[in-house]
Amino acid sequence: MESYRTPLARARGLGAAGHGAGHWITERISSVALVPLSLWGVYAVLKLAGLDYVGAAAWIAHPLNAVLMALLAIVSFQHMHAGMRVIVEDYFHGGQRAVILLGNLFVCVLMGALAVFSILKVALGGA
Amino acid sequence: MTTAPPRARPLSPHLQVWRFHVTMVGSILHRASGAGLYVGALILAGWALSLASGPEAYATYMAILGSIPGKLVLFLLTLGLFYHLAKGIQHLIWDTGRGFSLPSANAGSIACIVVAIVASVAVWFYAAITGAY
Repeated sequence: MESYRTPLARARGLGAAGHGAGHWITERISSVALVPLSLWGVYAVLKLAGLDYVGAAAWIAHPLNAVLMALLAIVSFQHMHAGMRVIVEDYFHGGQRAVILLGNLFVCVLMGALAVFSILKVALGGA
Repeated sequence: MTTAPPRARPLSPHLQVWRFHVTMVGSILHRASGAGLYVGALILAGWALSLASGPEAYATYMAILGSIPGKLVLFLLTLGLFYHLAKGIQHLIWDTGRGFSLPSANAGSIACIVVAIVASVAVWFYAAITGAY
């Protein structure tokens, strides 16, 4: 199978349409990143559940917590966009599919951006 | 893609041709938990937004999460997270070409369900004894 591919095509690691394997690889990379990030997320939720507003704001202002929470949001929203895309492509077809895929993208980008901006606002606000 | 196929073709997934088996349940749960965690990430984004909106908004948001329906949703999300995490690791192992024999695929599928239940109960038990619950 590999012998049919040019060395450049192999080096790029992409599929016939020029991006297929890229999606596959991105989904795996985000999966690997989310193993430690999501476990940290469980720890963070347990920690935050016992804190009031001032405590939570101070906790998220710590550089490590702010960065990990922002990374958890970014990687999660990227990963869930890719996952939901696969689900939508399985069950919906035609124009309906296009509308739902667009909605999926917009929701993930909007909510991901809101999450990251909110974390940074609190972290940099000097609460 | 042709505009007019001669007849409707079977599309993935078509469940009616399969008898029940545990790897099938595992796969369905992986997809279902992924969809559930989509909502979970939106709840997390909402949490960050409420924190950035001030003490009143944060108190309201935390009160909703701390209510009985809120806790039920959070418990289901805990289950979904640990299941999706465990199943995701099994998928990463499968991606290397290992673990495809029926005994190990079946054992792995059962293990993911057991891990999800045990880890979720452990986390909520820990939350209860430390007062975070």
